[in-house]
Amino acid sequence: MIILLLLLTLVVFILFSLLPADPARLTCGKGCTPAVLEANRHKLGLDLPVIQQYWEFMKGLFVGRIYAADSPDPVVCNAPCLGYSFKRGEEVLVLIKDRLPATIWLALGAFILWLAAGISVGVYAALRRGRWQDKTVMGISLAGYSLPSFFLGLMAIFFIVIRLQLLPYPSYVSPFENPIQFFQTMLLPWIVLAILYAAFYMRLTRNQMLEVLGEDYIRTARAKGLPERIVIRKHALRAGLTPIVTAAGLDLAGLLGGAIITESIFSLPGLGSLAVNSVNDADLPVIVGITLVTATFIIVANLIVDLLYAVIDPRVRLVS
Amino acid sequence: MTEYSNLRRAFLEVSDLSVQFPTEDGIVRAVDGVSFSIERGQTLAIVGESGSGKSVTAQAVMGLINKRNADVSGQVIFDGEDLVAMSDEDLRKLRGNKMSMIFQDPMSSLHPFYRIGDQLTEAINAHQKVSKTDARDRAIEMLHKVGIPLPAKRFDDYPHQFSGGMRQRVMIAMALINSPSLLIADEPTTALDVTVQAQIIELISQLQREFDTAVILITHDLGIVADVADEVAVMYGARVVEHGAVDDIFYHPQMPYTLGLLASVPRLTQVRSDRLDPIPGNPPSPLRLPTGCVFQPRCVYQDEVVGDLCRTQRPDLESVGPGHEVRCHLPAAKRQAAAEVALAALGRSSS
Repeated sequence: MIILLLLLTLVVFILFSLLPADPARLTCGKGCTPAVLEANRHKLGLDLPVIQQYWEFMKGLFVGRIYAADSPDPVVCNAPCLGYSFKRGEEVLVLIKDRLPATIWLALGAFILWLAAGISVGVYAALRRGRWQDKTVMGISLAGYSLPSFFLGLMAIFFIVIRLQLLPYPSYVSPFENPIQFFQTMLLPWIVLAILYAAFYMRLTRNQMLEVLGEDYIRTARAKGLPERIVIRKHALRAGLTPIVTAAGLDLAGLLGGAIITESIFSLPGLGSLAVNSVNDADLPVIVGITLVTATFIIVANLIVDLLYAVIDPRVRLVS
Repeated sequence: MTEYSNLRRAFLEVSDLSVQFPTEDGIVRAVDGVSFSIERGQTLAIVGESGSGKSVTAQAVMGLINKRNADVSGQVIFDGEDLVAMSDEDLRKLRGNKMSMIFQDPMSSLHPFYRIGDQLTEAINAHQKVSKTDARDRAIEMLHKVGIPLPAKRFDDYPHQFSGGMRQRVMIAMALINSPSLLIADEPTTALDVTVQAQIIELISQLQREFDTAVILITHDLGIVADVADEVAVMYGARVVEHGAVDDIFYHPQMPYTLGLLASVPRLTQVRSDRLDPIPGNPPSPLRLPTGCVFQPRCVYQDEVVGDLCRTQRPDLESVGPGHEVRCHLPAAKRQAAAEVALAALGRSSS
């Protein structure tokens, strides 16, 4: 896993150094002279070969880093240093840390909503397979699946916030500061995001349940005289859980890297909007930083999912 | 059935049981007017080829057919109560308690994610309030009874840590843990090694004697039937075509299908170069059962019946001896002759 992360930093770094944009050019304004440009380039460490830049970057991660040490105003970036954004005049790590809470709240809230809705509705549809309830649910899920989030988000803002004025215009605050405003702000983004994912989880859960309900051990559970709700919850759902856990882990990790569209629509100060802005600004250190953080989330999520397999399925456990 | 009406009610009495599944292609008649009865301590074998409706019959008795997808009619009187008319909840209380079932494939019949012990105690707790330790003791005792070595230790193992034969023993332990008075074993040995088969059958018989259980044994292994059955019902095309005591079926078979079934069993006395005698043709589709006798398209004796009755008229189960019934249009004398020829070919005589 560590090796994977190291490889990943290398790939990300090389990819971004190949970009045609010149970050140094963007650091100095209109009245830019070649001398200033060159000085800035040196300050950013961009005059070094790519491999050496990578080395500096990796060193920064572990021991910290000082930009432009030979100039009168050096910039100190303490370990773990993910880089320094000259554009924003801030360490990348600090930028990410500031943006992370909004993203985490958004992802977690939506995650809980979509899992609860997706799994329960999926089970319901499976139990009424082929009947009108099943067809209705699957139709709605297909619609939810097909609607782009910007459409859903804009519709939600337009109707609920502007027309009906049921909620104030979203303005993010920490839940510890003002929980009411926090919930008022997050409710719509949660729902919009959850609808997209729930649609997929409904289908996944329904298909899993249909498959498992045909298994012999479900017939055994019924033959034992277990009440139907125990047959469904304890025997069927648990057996069908594995792919749902896989998908849920990866989806949550992906979302922790920022829900770009949803964050932009609801002007949430999360990683997604930071990423968009940084790309627009060609703010390379920030982009590299976000990519790394996101990738780390996904790798960690993969590990957790693998560990969860062993919790769910005893056949996966190592022989003790 | 009129034959039984003036008799005392049997312990389990199935009469005119039908199960139909509506599908997009039409109505599947999986079981069509099946009747049989069985007393405590007795073994009824239901034999027939795949798709003849044996398993669906068993599942209908157990109330395991989802009434949303199927139409179950007829009567299943179990210890005085009609299971077909019973509510799902009342049926559930009987299942695994007074009646239980063992399935064909022990590899897939146990839940792979739960410990054997938990699956066993779950069966106890579904029907009675007992303490955790009592349930555990009962489960371990049952595991011991079905011949699992070190039952207290194996209690905490998962199904994948057991062999196929051991898993079937666990299934039997689970089925018998609440001392049911009716046990339905749906091809309990089909998925097992031959040597293990004999052990499992012996185990079922032994526990049957101990608990005075009525056993319905569904199988297509006629060797097992000859060993353990008291009565045999031969099923073909969703109907019972012959029904009688085990000796009637093996020594005085009357229905051409039964003859064919007996002839298709390999025998040690057979000359090596002889081929087995399969019944020609295929079983009928349950979507389109023949209008007359279900066996007519494959029956070699149909020309001996006058008036094309086999094709046009459904034969009734007709009594041909005490407790021996046959569903066939052939006149008794011709049936007798056919049986003698067939049995002679098997090296047996019907007298």
